[in-house]
Amino acid sequence: MTRHRGRGMASINYPIGMNLGGDPSQALVHSNPSGKFTVALSSIDLGQGMKSVTRQICAETLGVPVEDVYVDTADSDTGPHCMGSFASRGTHRVGNAVMAAAREARGVMMEAAAEELEVNAADLETDGRGNIHVKGAPHRSISTKDVAIAAQFKQGKTISGRGIFLVPLSDVDPETGEMSPATCYAHACLVAEVEVDDETGEVAMVRMDSAYELGRALNPRLVEQQLVGGAWMGVSHALYETPEPYYPDPVHGPRDFVEYLMPGPGDICPHDIAVLERPAPDGPFGGKGPGEMCANPVLPAVANAIFNAVGVRIDDLPITPEKVLRAIKAQGGARPQARR
Amino acid sequence: MTKIPLQFRHNGRDVAIFVDGGTNLLVALRELIGDMTPKFGCGQGGCGTCSVLIDGELHLSCLTLAETVAGRSVETLDGMKQGPNLHPLQRAFADNFAAQCGYCTPGMLMAAKALLDRNPAPSRADVIEAISGNICRCTGYEPIINAILAAAGGRASA
Repeated sequence: MTRHRGRGMASINYPIGMNLGGDPSQALVHSNPSGKFTVALSSIDLGQGMKSVTRQICAETLGVPVEDVYVDTADSDTGPHCMGSFASRGTHRVGNAVMAAAREARGVMMEAAAEELEVNAADLETDGRGNIHVKGAPHRSISTKDVAIAAQFKQGKTISGRGIFLVPLSDVDPETGEMSPATCYAHACLVAEVEVDDETGEVAMVRMDSAYELGRALNPRLVEQQLVGGAWMGVSHALYETPEPYYPDPVHGPRDFVEYLMPGPGDICPHDIAVLERPAPDGPFGGKGPGEMCANPVLPAVANAIFNAVGVRIDDLPITPEKVLRAIKAQGGARPQARR
Repeated sequence: MTKIPLQFRHNGRDVAIFVDGGTNLLVALRELIGDMTPKFGCGQGGCGTCSVLIDGELHLSCLTLAETVAGRSVETLDGMKQGPNLHPLQRAFADNFAAQCGYCTPGMLMAAKALLDRNPAPSRADVIEAISGNICRCTGYEPIINAILAAAGGRASA
């Protein structure tokens, strides 16, 4: 029995969102009389950080502390329309909608503040700490709370804003059929190192090294978290998960969490991540988002690493020990390829 | 069906409820006591998110008959906070971004507490072993392991 090491690489370009129907998302932003803001969305945060990142985008655009913004993902019956949390579109599409809504709300807030301070709204600026003051004269100041109270009880104004992001429909070139399905792309490259046991066919992850280009990382810790978890979701699709191991025959399919294979804490390996920030011109503060791209390069990289280790090319996922072993037997033994 | 009277300590407080025969502890905690911190994941002991401590020992509440905890002490995540302050493990989970969707977090924290209560200075291998019965579908094991090691380190130096 021998354990063979192998290394494989994969690179991807991944579209942010889609073009279907213009891929729209809406956001509504309003303040209540306490000077706190609510962002209403139908987009769902299922752990990827949608609430955190839209909260940051809204606070930054309004010029108020992040603590003063609450994101309500409500539901799709009562919230403004959103295509959904998929296609790596959340940060870009929903973020742009939130930015537009916050910009409109900021306009009303500045007008209301101008009325209270008896100055021109164009002469006002926010300090990011909950105050609005005259440019160059910070003592001529009013808190966003007092502005909100004045708007509500004195001026009869709603400090609110509406935002939508819609992708312009891409025309199809009648000659070539060419069109632009997406407005921006994220990119990644991942090198996987594996160890393949030629007696059992088992594949163990040894390490991963990766680089991601995803626009500006609006929340670097959340980006890193998503890249770590996403890479392991990729490993899981490459090596473990399937509801039908003998598809289309459902035989031996898993029936519960015990039989459905997923990586556990003992399977993980060192994973080095480099994030390259190249702000996207049409992204909110330059953000595109990691999304699905964090899982996708792992599958081909692992398949290539297995080929590099034992010389078998498996093109059917997941790459189970049985498939590896049958392929090794079919070619009369492991044939390690040159290490690069 | 006859209801069975049941008394036990729940996070240091005596509770008395009536349960149907065969009720599991997870249902008793969530539906009869109103403690929603143990989560229902698979209901068959495969995922670990319903983990609680019974007399200090880690158990899967979905596989534990409620009647068997009579007179015993049950700890859940709801009792982990020390007054207004987060437990060092909760603090470390937050500092290390050790939760994504958060569904596994209650079970992870209880498994980690069970470990640190009996071994205040665990190795990385000890931590992996301790949480190997808990599934994190976001596959964020690395920050979870780091958080538990950080909590242990902080406690040792404190």
